[in-house]
Amino acid sequence: MSTQELIRQFDPGQDNLLNILHALQNTHPQNYLTEEALEETARYLKMTKAAVFGVAGYYSMFSLKPRGRHVIRICISPVCEIMKVNSMIPVIEGVLGIKTGETTNDGLFTLETAECLGQCQEAPSMMINDKVFNNLSEEKIREVITRIRSKKS
Amino acid sequence: MIQETRIVLKNAGKIDPENIDDYLKAGGYEGLRKALSMRPVEVIDELLEAGLRGRGGAGFSTGMKQRFTSESCLRCPQRYVVVNADEGEPGTFKDRVIMEQDPHLYLEGTIIAAWAIQATKGYIYLRGEYTDSIKKTKKAIEDAYERGYLGKNIMGSDFSFDVEIRLGAGSYLCGEELTMLESLEGKRGTPRIKPPFPAEKGLFSMPTLVNNVETLANAPLILSKGKAWYQGIGTKRSHGTKIFTISGQVNKPGHYELPMGVTLEDLIGLAGGMRGGRPFKAALLGGAAGTFVDSSMLKERMTYDNLKEKGATLGSGAVIIMAAEDSVEQILHNCLRFFRHESCGKCVPCRTGTTILVKRSEQLLSGHSDRKTLVQQMLRESEMMAATSLCPLGQSPILPLKSAARYFLEH
Ligand SMILES: Cc1cc2nc3c(=O)[nH]c(=O)nc-3n(C[C@H](O)[C@H](O)[C@H](O)COP(=O)(O)O)c2cc1C
Ligand code: SF4
Ligand code: FES
Repeated sequence: MSTQELIRQFDPGQDNLLNILHALQNTHPQNYLTEEALEETARYLKMTKAAVFGVAGYYSMFSLKPRGRHVIRICISPVCEIMKVNSMIPVIEGVLGIKTGETTNDGLFTLETAECLGQCQEAPSMMINDKVFNNLSEEKIREVITRIRSKKS
Repeated sequence: MIQETRIVLKNAGKIDPENIDDYLKAGGYEGLRKALSMRPVEVIDELLEAGLRGRGGAGFSTGMKQRFTSESCLRCPQRYVVVNADEGEPGTFKDRVIMEQDPHLYLEGTIIAAWAIQATKGYIYLRGEYTDSIKKTKKAIEDAYERGYLGKNIMGSDFSFDVEIRLGAGSYLCGEELTMLESLEGKRGTPRIKPPFPAEKGLFSMPTLVNNVETLANAPLILSKGKAWYQGIGTKRSHGTKIFTISGQVNKPGHYELPMGVTLEDLIGLAGGMRGGRPFKAALLGGAAGTFVDSSMLKERMTYDNLKEKGATLGSGAVIIMAAEDSVEQILHNCLRFFRHESCGKCVPCRTGTTILVKRSEQLLSGHSDRKTLVQQMLRESEMMAATSLCPLGQSPILPLKSAARYFLEH
């Protein structure tokens, strides 16, 4: 589906802006909002480009820069901290070979932090794209990442 | 030992949340049927007299809010119901449980609220990360349309109501009702100045009712079983139940629905006791915008009013348990860091205040020589922020800070 077709599935009301941005970002293999997509959205909703870019840049789930195919967002809020997420982050960084905020060279993963994902009953927690992974341990992290890597090749 | 009282969660885990027939068999949409047989003001009076209070954190009377919304701007061509499903307070996941396990219940509550205030359009502002809640809610809406609980002439009446989902995008501040309305209008999520309240001038400047998922999930039960039944649950001043989400250092973290007025000790017991028998140190009640308490509060009743009198909060129902090995300073620092991250930067006291507080809490962590003065400074700064910030977010850091100081830091 082209960007235009995707956008036109929504009613052209400004209240649909966030829904459209989610759809655009989720269908881009690099999990981000391209300039062209944002311009197209602005035209469709009859908003200024500045307003649409302003919104896209404001919300933490949106990215204006290319990211990996799999965006890992690990929770650093209080419960996950109590449940020792601080010792999990170096593990993920090690397995991926990148620092938080970076993307792997093969374009497969981006690592980000997030605030409470609402999964505190099984903290520490992370999301990879729209999937939740709870009760993180060193083992589990290795396993999940290895599984995604092997699917690719 | 104390038992759960499941009313809002009565179907949770027992019915297929994606099968409307399951919901109907469990008495679903009976509350709506009852509501539609009453006049809208009677529905409002029923909720008002039942004593239902908002479960989003502030504990405001739901009936009152509906009355204000239904009586304001009578010439306005439209009024809206907005469901606050943007659950973002750290340690809170009660709305997620309702949405994942019994989505029709809060949808039914939403339709009842719409009838009460005579709204014909509603939006569910749902947290973007809650993939499963989104999926279940979508399915519930589809099925409700198909069976005539949404759309034109609901259940054969002359009442029509449409509802749509709008996704949040990772901003805690958008959980604040006026900010949510800005976000729904396709703008950046920065707060509006209160007043006017949403009841007077809400979404697209029309009278708007904003209610939390758990609040709305209570409405069908109150209507189908009656206010007297509801008043019989809880304490004299706090009726009904609350879904508490208990996390951290307990053996069985999770969601527990209990009558208003249980104690913190009861909750920990219900959650399987302290993890591996560790000694209790502190609880953070209500999330980051919440309050720390120590063991002297273990036997206090958890109601909006009692906790308020003791300088604590019930808030969203988050109960984060810390053990002897955990550091209150560290978790306080985490809360302050959270506010710095979520501050929208629109006003100076909050933008610079949150940064300063994080810096000072780092000094506290690294073992500052004059702890007492440092804590006093932080308290003064957070008081200043509370007095001069534009919106409730800037007024929040004082909550964990003051309570941490009172129970822990000043010793
Ligand atoms: C910073 C901030 C975040 C909030 N987040 C939420 C939230 O995630 N969910 C919620 O229901 N209410 C949240 N609230 C409270 C809402 O502003 C509002 O009081 C609530 O939606 C009213 O619904 P109720 O009366 O049913 O509780 C938040 C408030 C503030 C100040
Ligand atoms: S208090 Fe903070 S979050 Fe609220 S408007 Fe000011 S800067 Fe924004
Ligand atoms: S604090 Fe990490 S999921 Fe809630």
